[in-house]
Amino acid sequence: MVSLANPTRFLSLVDRLVPWLTVLTLLLLGVGLYLSFFVAPPDYQQGETVRIMFIHVPAAWLAMFGYMLIAVASLGTLIWRHPLADVAAKTAAPIGATFTFVALVTGSLWGKPMWGTYWVWDARLTSVLVLFLLYLGLIALWQAIEEPGRAGRAAAILALVGAINVPIIKFSVDWWNTLHQSASVFRLGGPTIDPSMLAPLFVMAIAFTLLFVLLHLIAMRAEILRRRVRALQQTQVERAALVEA
Amino acid sequence: MKAALALLSRDVTLAWREGGAIGTALGFYLVVVALTPLGLGPDLNLLARIAPGMLWVALLLAGLLSADRIFHNDYEDGALDVLITGPLPLPLVAAIKSLAHWITTGVPLALLAPVLGLLLNLPPQASPLLVLAMLVGTPAVSFVAAIGASLTLGLRRSGLLLALLVLPLYVPVLIFGVATASAAITGPASPWPPFLMLCGLSLASMVLAPIAAAAALRTALR
Repeated sequence: MVSLANPTRFLSLVDRLVPWLTVLTLLLLGVGLYLSFFVAPPDYQQGETVRIMFIHVPAAWLAMFGYMLIAVASLGTLIWRHPLADVAAKTAAPIGATFTFVALVTGSLWGKPMWGTYWVWDARLTSVLVLFLLYLGLIALWQAIEEPGRAGRAAAILALVGAINVPIIKFSVDWWNTLHQSASVFRLGGPTIDPSMLAPLFVMAIAFTLLFVLLHLIAMRAEILRRRVRALQQTQVERAALVEA
Repeated sequence: MKAALALLSRDVTLAWREGGAIGTALGFYLVVVALTPLGLGPDLNLLARIAPGMLWVALLLAGLLSADRIFHNDYEDGALDVLITGPLPLPLVAAIKSLAHWITTGVPLALLAPVLGLLLNLPPQASPLLVLAMLVGTPAVSFVAAIGASLTLGLRRSGLLLALLVLPLYVPVLIFGVATASAAITGPASPWPPFLMLCGLSLASMVLAPIAAAAALRTALR
């Protein structure tokens, strides 16, 4: 973590990692999609629609993973002033928001044949929707503040406030209404899902996680370069102003 | 302690003498509640059922309307810089300003609610509990709004941004607030568990929110 504080060293690491990671991600996504669409058996109740799960569940996991990543990076910004923490948090927000959106859309498409409606005001759906709104708030705050230093610290404070609130929102919404099935993979006493479906699900989960990491690294590289360009432009303007004076 | 009381009475007096501040929030509250039956139709049974929820949602919106003024005026005229260098710790300053916002916005809105409840055919037996729930719930509204107000201090379109940042955080307050009042109307469930949750939310936000608001103020004034 400390050695990565140097953006140049980080960039060279990213340059070396990205090709390997791209190949690995594509490979796993290919295998995962093949397993989920051709190998995994249709469900005895839900039929073929159960295949939506292989997209929906990993996307939902990564939606939460993304927010956790932002919260941890925010701690890095506020406490250790790690120079890359702010970049990491800022670039993770749109990616996390996209995965949240994918989870919402696939969930809605799955809900139509299963529950008979695209949207129900159920606890899980509502808390994921609130998570999506929190993501949008973070992105909007980053865009509203022009000075990058202030934007980073303000967004970090908001992200931590949100991170404290997410469990409370989750609890209150659960208390309010519950229809979604409860967790069936990570639970005491082992998963309640058949191994023939569990294998593709895990391959897809790993593939999606790698996709997240890959996109995040590329976005971080772009953000670092963007900041360098801005700094260069500023020095050029200042130099020109000096010459004129 | 003396400085804290002086700041509180100054903020309350300013909001009171400014006049428009409290009146606008109350007027907005009235308008939102008055528009509801026009949108949903005049069916009194339906209105009675949704009255607690509508009153709460309108209260959150009306409370947000004045939230960006918690720090804004002091930021514009430089009083905030004086407060930062003054004897009071910054989280305490943020807490006092949130408290002043609660006294000048949360309390009047909560007290107006039963009157507006008449417009929505709110069952009379629910009124006392609704007011009580609003009185203990609105501190959470004001203190969380202060976080948003400090984060968006001095930005363009700060009011809209404030709403986007803060409204999702009000989900628990809304749920437990409406549940308290609804339990009094529909029955067998006791209204006290959600009421106590509401108290807990308010107490927690009174302790935690000023810390976040103070940190955000420091980044805004650097």
